[in-house]
Amino acid sequence: MLKTKSQPEERENEVALGGRSRNKEIFRRFLKNRAAVVGLAIIIVLTIFALFPGKIAPYDYAAQQLRNKYMFPSAQHIMGTDEFGRDVFSRLVWGCRTSLVIGVSAIAIACAIGVAIGCIAGFYGDIIDNVLMRIIDILLAVPNTLLGISIVAALGNTIPNLILAIGLGAMPAFARITRSAVITVKEQEFVEAARATGASNRRIILRYVLPNSMAPIIVQVSMGIARAILTVSGLSFIGLGVPAPTPEWGSMLSSGRNYIRDYWYIITFPGVAIMLAVFAFNLFGDGLRDALDPRLKN
Amino acid sequence: MNKKILEIKDLHVHYLTDGYTVKAVNGVNLSLARGESLGLVGETGAGKTTTALGILGLVPNPPGKVIKGEIIYNNENLLRKSDAQMRKIRGREISMIFQDPMTALNPVLTVGAQIAEVIRLHEKISAGDALIRACEMMRLVGIDDVRHDEYPHQFSGGMKQRIVIAIALACNPSLLLADEPTTALDVTIQEQVLDLIEKLRRERGASLILISHDLGIVAEVCEKVAIIYAGEIVEYGTAGHIFDRRAHPYTRGLFDSIPDFSRKVHRLRPIEGMMSDPTKLPEGCFFAERCPYAFEPCRKIVPVFEPEPGHLVKCVLVEKGKAPQ
Amino acid sequence: MSDPNATPSIELEVRNLKKHFKTPRGMLHAVDGVSFKIEKGKTLGVVGESGCGKSTLGRAIIHLHERTEGRIFFRGRDVSDVDEQQLKDLRENMQMIFQDPFSSLNPRMSVSQIIAEPLLIYNKCRSRKELTAKIGNLMDTVGLARRLSNSYPHELDGGRRQRIGVARALALNPEFIVCDEPVSALDVSVQAQILNLMQDLQEEFNLTYMFITHDMSVVRHVSNEIMVMYLGSAVEFADSEEMFLRRLHPYTQALLAAVPIPQIGHKKGRSLLRGEIISPIDLGEGCRFAGRCIYAKENCFDVTPTFDEVTLGHFVACHYVREINNLP
Repeated sequence: MLKTKSQPEERENEVALGGRSRNKEIFRRFLKNRAAVVGLAIIIVLTIFALFPGKIAPYDYAAQQLRNKYMFPSAQHIMGTDEFGRDVFSRLVWGCRTSLVIGVSAIAIACAIGVAIGCIAGFYGDIIDNVLMRIIDILLAVPNTLLGISIVAALGNTIPNLILAIGLGAMPAFARITRSAVITVKEQEFVEAARATGASNRRIILRYVLPNSMAPIIVQVSMGIARAILTVSGLSFIGLGVPAPTPEWGSMLSSGRNYIRDYWYIITFPGVAIMLAVFAFNLFGDGLRDALDPRLKN
Repeated sequence: MNKKILEIKDLHVHYLTDGYTVKAVNGVNLSLARGESLGLVGETGAGKTTTALGILGLVPNPPGKVIKGEIIYNNENLLRKSDAQMRKIRGREISMIFQDPMTALNPVLTVGAQIAEVIRLHEKISAGDALIRACEMMRLVGIDDVRHDEYPHQFSGGMKQRIVIAIALACNPSLLLADEPTTALDVTIQEQVLDLIEKLRRERGASLILISHDLGIVAEVCEKVAIIYAGEIVEYGTAGHIFDRRAHPYTRGLFDSIPDFSRKVHRLRPIEGMMSDPTKLPEGCFFAERCPYAFEPCRKIVPVFEPEPGHLVKCVLVEKGKAPQ
Repeated sequence: MSDPNATPSIELEVRNLKKHFKTPRGMLHAVDGVSFKIEKGKTLGVVGESGCGKSTLGRAIIHLHERTEGRIFFRGRDVSDVDEQQLKDLRENMQMIFQDPFSSLNPRMSVSQIIAEPLLIYNKCRSRKELTAKIGNLMDTVGLARRLSNSYPHELDGGRRQRIGVARALALNPEFIVCDEPVSALDVSVQAQILNLMQDLQEEFNLTYMFITHDMSVVRHVSNEIMVMYLGSAVEFADSEEMFLRRLHPYTQALLAAVPIPQIGHKKGRSLLRGEIISPIDLGEGCRFAGRCIYAKENCFDVTPTFDEVTLGHFVACHYVREINNLP
C-alpha cells in the first residue's frame, strides 16, 4: 500500500472507530466529580420513587385515617400524617412521580423545539434568524408563570396541559441559548474544514455544530427540570396544578401551609423534597457538562 | 566594567495539576551583564515564558511553584521579596513586553491613560505631568502624540506593539523582558518594532532578555544566546559561539530545521520525534532520546562543559571532543 | 463548458478573480483581479502579509467563499459556477489543509472519526472493515501511529494534529490541495517534519499544491513558482529561483529584506518600506503599494500599473520596474 519516507512513528495494532468506548470515558470523568455523583444519587433515588411508588410507600396516598390526623413523625408514619390523616411519606413518594413526569416531559418538549429553532436560526442567520427570533422574543416577553396560568386556566388543569404549559414557557430560553452557542461555533475553522470536505449543512449541524454547543444546553436542561418542578409546585400552590387527590409536592405545601405553626412536618418534608430535587438536577447538569467535554481531562 | 545585573542560579519551576508534576523549568542557570542583550531560544513548552515569569515573580501559584533556585537582581534575591516589594520592582526596574499586543492593552482606556497609569504607579507625579510624560513616550516610539486620547482598537497591530513598548519603557527600567514581541506581527512591521526596541534599549542602557523561537531575530538583536530545551539551558554563549560554532546536537538540529533562505535544499533535516513529556522526563540528558549521537553516558547525569571561554554546552560529546562537526 | 485554450498539463487556472466583502465601512476588496496558472504536480507559493487576500484567494478557489467576479478552470473545465452536486464532485478533487491544527479539527471527534468523515460523506467504503483499513493506511501515510486512532485532537501536539489535517485532506485522493499556512502554527523542528511529509506526498501522488504562507524561507523551500500579493492583487509572479535571484517589485524587495536571517553580521541595510499596510476598502485607481513605496512618483498614485511580463515568465505590476532595476 501507500508508503512514504516520513514515518517517525511505529505502526501498531488496529484502528478503532468509535473512539475508545466513549461512554466509559465520560462515565469515568463524571464519577470523579463528587458533587455530580451526589446529584446523580439523589436523582436515582427520586427515579426509583417515581417508578415504584406502590412498592415503597407504606400506605395508599389517598387513604385517610381521620383518627390519626396531624401525627408527629413516628415509627408508623416516618414523616407524620397530614390534616386528613394521610401518610406524608407515602404522598411524598407518589408526588415524586407527578413532579418528575411533568418536569422531565415539559423540558424534553422545550428542549426539542427550542434547540431546533435555535440551531436553524443561528446556523442560517439573516431573514430566517430574524423571523424565528422575533417569535421567540414575543414568547419570552410573557412571564412563564403567567403563561402557565393562562394555558391551564383555558384548557383545564390536567397533567398533559401542565406539561404543555410549562414546556412552552421554557422553550424560548433553549432557543436563545442554542442560537448564541451555534453562532460562536459555526465561525470556527473546523466547520469550514467540514465544508471543504464536502459535508452537507445537515451533517455540519448535527456532527459539528450541535455537539460543540451542548454545554450550555445541558446546563439549561438540568436547571430547566429543576425550575419546572418549582413551577408545577407553584401552580399547584395556587390551586391550578394537579387535581386532588393526586399527590404533588407543591399542592402538599399549599395545603399544609395553614398548619405550619402547629405541625411543621406537614410542610417541611415536601419543601425539603423540592429543594433536594432542584439541587440534585443542578449538580448533575454541571457534572454532565464537564464530563461530556473531552477537553476537560481528569 | 561588566557588572552582572541578573543572575539565575539553578531555577526549578514545577506546575502541579491533578497529581501530575509538569517540570517546566529544571535548573536554569543564566547571567546577564548590565546593558547586555540575551536571546532565549526554544520551542513551545521549553520553559521560556515560565523563566521570564519567574524573574517577575508572576508564576501563577497554584498550580505553579518555584521549587528551588535563586534569581539575583542587583545583588538581591528576588525570590525572597514580598509581593509588595515585587510590585515596586515590576514595571519600574524590570518590565515586560508581551507577545500579543491585541490582548496586552486594556480596550476601554485611552492609550495615553494607560501609559500615564504605569508612570503614576511608580512615581509621585500629578495626572497632568504623567500624561505629558506619556506623550513624550509616544513620540519616542514613533507615534504622533495627538493620538494619546484614542483607544487601542483605533491602532494597527504594529502601532499597538509600539504602545506596549512605550508602557514597558515609561519608567526607565534597567531590565526589559520581551516575550516573542514580534510573533504576532507581519515581517515588515516586525523589522520596525525590533529596530525600535534595539534603539531604545541602547539609548537607555537597559539590559534585554528576548524570548523567541526565531533564530533570525535573535541573530539581529542579541549579543548572548541561550538555547533552552525541556526546561534546561543546553547551550549558552555569545552570538558568535551559537551561530558559528554551535556544539549541542539540539542547537544543530534547530538550525538544520529552518529552511535556508539563501539557497534551496531538496529536503530539510528535522529533529526526529517530539520533546519529552514534561511530567516524566528521562534520567540524564533530556535530549538523548531524540539525539542522533546519543550513547550510553547520555543516560546518566550530564555536566556542563566549556569548550571555549564563555561558551557553555550541556553535552557529553563536547567533553570528549567528539562533537560532530 | 470546456475551455479550448487550456493545455492538459495545467491543473488550475484562475482568471481575473475578485472577491469583495460588504463591510459597514465600505466594500472590502479582499481579492481584486488575480490571474495565474498552476501546472500539474507543481507548487505555487502565494506570499504576502496579513490582509493581502491570500487566504481569501485560496478559499474562493475551492468555493468556500463565492467569488465576486472572474473564472476558475480546473483541469481545463470551467468550474466557476457549480451547483451543489458539481461542487461535491469538485471537492473530491480539491481539498484544503488549514493553518491552525488546534481549531480546524472538531474537538468532539476522535482521530479516526475525523479521518473517516470525508470517506463517509462520499460513501467510499462498503463496509466497516474497509473503512478501518483505509483509515489505517491514511494514518500510516502521514506518519501517525495507529494507536492514536482513539485519541482526541486536544490530547495531541501541534505536529500530530497537523498530520490529522493532512490525512483528512488526502482521504479522497484529491489532485489539488490548497495549503493555508499549514506550518505557521508549528515549532521549527516540527515544521520541518510536516514540510518533508508534504513534499513526499506530492512526489508520491503527483499532487498539485497552492501553498499560502507569510514565511519567506518556507515559500522558497516548497514552491516551484511564487506569487507575491499586496492588498488583494498580485504584484510579482515568477519561478521560485528566478524570484530569489532577481526580485523586481519594490514590495518583494522590501519583504525579503525584512526577513531576519539566522546568521550574525547579516544585519542588512535599512528598511525599504515606510508606514504600515492599509485596509483595502473602497480603493480607487493607483498602485496600492505607492503609499509605502520609497520609489513612488506622482502617477503611481493615479494610474494602476498593469501586470506585465518583464522578462520571460517574470510578471511585475510596477510602472518603474525597469528604472528601479536598471533593466533595458
